[in-house]
Amino acid sequence: MELDVQTWLKIAAFSGGGLAIGFGAIGAAIGEGHTAAKANHAISRNPEMAGDVFKSMLVGQAVAESAAIFSLVIALILLFSEFSATSFIMVWAVFSAGLCTGLGAIGSGIGAGYPAGAACEGMVRQPEMSNRLTTNMLIGSAVCQTPSVFALVVSFILIYTDYSTKPMWPMWAAVLGAGLSAGLSAIGAGIGSGLVAQSSCEGISRQPKATAIATNSMLLGQAITQTTAIYGLLISFILLFKNYPASDAIAPAMALLGAGLCMGIGGIGPGIGEGITAQSAVTWIVRNRESAGEITRTMLVGMAVSESTGIYSMVIALILLFVV
Amino acid sequence: MAIEGVDLIKAAAFLGAGLAMGLGAIGPGIGEGMAAAKACEAIGRNPKEAGLLTRTMLVGQAVSESTGIYSLVVALLLLFVV
Repeated sequence: MELDVQTWLKIAAFSGGGLAIGFGAIGAAIGEGHTAAKANHAISRNPEMAGDVFKSMLVGQAVAESAAIFSLVIALILLFSEFSATSFIMVWAVFSAGLCTGLGAIGSGIGAGYPAGAACEGMVRQPEMSNRLTTNMLIGSAVCQTPSVFALVVSFILIYTDYSTKPMWPMWAAVLGAGLSAGLSAIGAGIGSGLVAQSSCEGISRQPKATAIATNSMLLGQAITQTTAIYGLLISFILLFKNYPASDAIAPAMALLGAGLCMGIGGIGPGIGEGITAQSAVTWIVRNRESAGEITRTMLVGMAVSESTGIYSMVIALILLFVV
Repeated sequence: MAIEGVDLIKAAAFLGAGLAMGLGAIGPGIGEGMAAAKACEAIGRNPKEAGLLTRTMLVGQAVSESTGIYSLVVALLLLFVV
């Protein structure tokens, strides 16, 4: 049985679309469940605040949902677009696009649930800080979404690039690697940024006077937590836009797939680890503002060391791309 | 397309190097983050000992880093030596 490009394209688009929304639903569901649990806890402490808590729960959940909506959009595009391609690379590109948004939505969904939960509990503790808490929650969970936006951008590039002049070997591995790199590396950064935003919301509700420093140190911590997702985006752009000589050998293709996998998986650990560091640092900067400088310094040093394995992964990925 | 043994071995080495470094980065990344989190907490509780705590954190992280460095070494061996 010989299948033509169009048939393979349909097979890849349908399985990619299924994986996109399948993976993409994991994170948002966990994150929103966490928020709802915290909101229930908060309402049980002070039932009179039920209306406010409910509103803030819904706002927080809506933000956490956005990553899953990205996945839904990509899944629908894959299901209902009429792709016409002459190159078999497109078959891998649509599959990779589905994987990329799906995997990329996991971290952002889980992460955005944390600050929303902390904001619900916080407004029961300090009702007069409700507005400030909501603002801080929105800033924090918006930053959590950036890695999933990176994954979405890579998916769109994958779907709408013209591959007709590219060699099948090794380009198919480059498109698969690009999707895995941006998608997997978004998991750690999303979860990590959520942890930071959670402690910032908690800090504002416990120490209303420390609001400014809580938001500032949250943004600093989140920015560093995002770096591994940015490395993942960088590697996937290099994979997509580099010109490869056509080759019949398997090794060059596996080098490109290896580079994508290396940066993608390698970005997960540092993202989560740096998030844990910044979470604790924000908590203690708020409690002990006199020592903010010292804690920030140690946080930055600790995050830099935690980042090192992410940088090793990037180095190996770059060697795989440019040296071997 | 004829599959040659040498080509297949090289392909496995490249894929193996990527997986070695990628998977090897997860543990140290999370572990060192936890060490740094506790160091920040400890400095928050007792700022006078900031120097000692940062030093201890760095030593602990260096030990936790070792498996990441093993992964890096194995990945480089796979790429350039084997």
